[in-house]
Amino acid sequence: MHGPLSALLQAGVFLAPKPWDDPRLFGEQIVLGLATGAVYALVALAIVLIYRSTDIINFAQSEMAMFGTFAMWSIWLSGVPFFSNPWALLVLAGLFGLGFGAVVERVVIRPVEGKPLLTIVVVTLGLFLLLNSVATWIWAQGELPKSFPSPLSVLKAVDIGFANIPQHHLLIFGVGVATMVLLGLLFNYTKLGLAMRATAQNPLAARLMGINVGNMLTLGWALSGTLGGISGALIAPVLSLHPAFMLSVLLYAFAAAVLGGLNSVPGAVVGGFIIGVAENLLGTYTPHAILGPEMKLPLALMLLVAILLVRPTGLLGERAVRRV
Amino acid sequence: MLRLDRVTAAYGPIVALREVSLEVEAGSVVTLLGANGAGKTSTLRVISGLLRPQSGVVEYEGERIDRLSPDRIVRLGIAQVPEGRQLFSQLTVRENLELGAYLRRDRAGIRQDLERVFNYFPILAQRQKQAAGSLSGGEQQMLAIGRALMARPRLLLLDEPSLGLAPLVTREIFRIIHAINEQEGLTVLLVEQNARLALDIARKGYVLETGRVVLSDLADNLRRNEEVRRSYLGY
Repeated sequence: MHGPLSALLQAGVFLAPKPWDDPRLFGEQIVLGLATGAVYALVALAIVLIYRSTDIINFAQSEMAMFGTFAMWSIWLSGVPFFSNPWALLVLAGLFGLGFGAVVERVVIRPVEGKPLLTIVVVTLGLFLLLNSVATWIWAQGELPKSFPSPLSVLKAVDIGFANIPQHHLLIFGVGVATMVLLGLLFNYTKLGLAMRATAQNPLAARLMGINVGNMLTLGWALSGTLGGISGALIAPVLSLHPAFMLSVLLYAFAAAVLGGLNSVPGAVVGGFIIGVAENLLGTYTPHAILGPEMKLPLALMLLVAILLVRPTGLLGERAVRRV
Repeated sequence: MLRLDRVTAAYGPIVALREVSLEVEAGSVVTLLGANGAGKTSTLRVISGLLRPQSGVVEYEGERIDRLSPDRIVRLGIAQVPEGRQLFSQLTVRENLELGAYLRRDRAGIRQDLERVFNYFPILAQRQKQAAGSLSGGEQQMLAIGRALMARPRLLLLDEPSLGLAPLVTREIFRIIHAINEQEGLTVLLVEQNARLALDIARKGYVLETGRVVLSDLADNLRRNEEVRRSYLGY
């Protein structure tokens, strides 16, 4: 093998570290991947929740989260005594998302309910542009990106035995997993959760049971908004605030949701973690001359297309069966 | 108990019911007969609040219900077993039954009714943890009826319980409906294509044609009626 291509390959392979050379680095990349994967899983869950109950893919999910995170940033700077505490800010981010999701469902989605799917897709894309523009108008003054506070430190690392992990990444993982567990408990062990699952499966029958289907849909969007709000506030200290900062998260979350199966809740979680870890491993161990960190996003997109072509139902998704 | 007075209803431009009037007495079984598209299912949809009538009155125990939402109507004691059963197919048998009692708060009563349903349909007790979609057609129909009973209704609306079932299974289900009516005095409004079976357990029947009531009489008289025999009983 001679020529420029092989030289490039060898140079690339040479530059890329090998996993077994540095086990600690490998461990770190896995744990960091699980942390960001938790965020992808949360956003993927938000997408899946809405898709399962209404067949709508909410493209504005990322911008709703971005908008909420910016709002939290303003509150943090405003010096309101209680909310200068990043812990309180994290909780408020979730609550803001809850309200925001509910308002979006009632004001934006409810009027187009039952309209053709394309209409609704365009509406969520419009919402995406609207929120992005308004956020740019309000917040994109002065220097960008803005830094967002973490309850812990982004820089200080903790030795967890086999790797040094920044405190904040451990927080992301912990809060992410706790949120998913709470959501699982809500869906599987409460009457409200049962009613939501029933509504997602068969709205007509749900109405005959006396379930207020409209309220369940609002609640679904509110929960999705909560997941978005929490993930925005969790990832913002890492990525820094910018009107487009949730965009890459959304793309990874889409890849995660599709990988797990768009209608599968466990699939979204598994998909999120797989994408998070894969992102870190690819970024660290692929020869930079061929697949540098800049190629991570296009790679996610290619993965998305590949899954849709090869296995549209994803890993854990079920084939939709419809009687016509 | 239930009275429809000149109810007219439509799906957009398509008129489904034209001035339908009928009455269901407490404790009785009343059947609606008619061909496909005659307006039987639409009548049930109007009663349970899924289809809002354009004009006319629906009265239940002396109270107007034609402007109420479906959940209010369930609360008043009317439960529907919809056409095609409409189970939550990915949820378990147990969960489907629990959803039937969604609006109730009396835990002890719910447990009691669960026992009652398992008494009528012992097979459901064995299949509690199975997904509803994995049941046979007959078992699914039993589950749909059991789910409606879990609301502890005083009026049960049954839409085509025999649809897609083998004759033997259909007869078993009709036997149980009859038993529930006899033992508990539960009032039943039954929509059925199988006119012979329906008239066997009904006291009274209405015949619908293109959205209109064309005939109403006691079941015994309907069975002897020349028109009904030719069109719906086939002899």
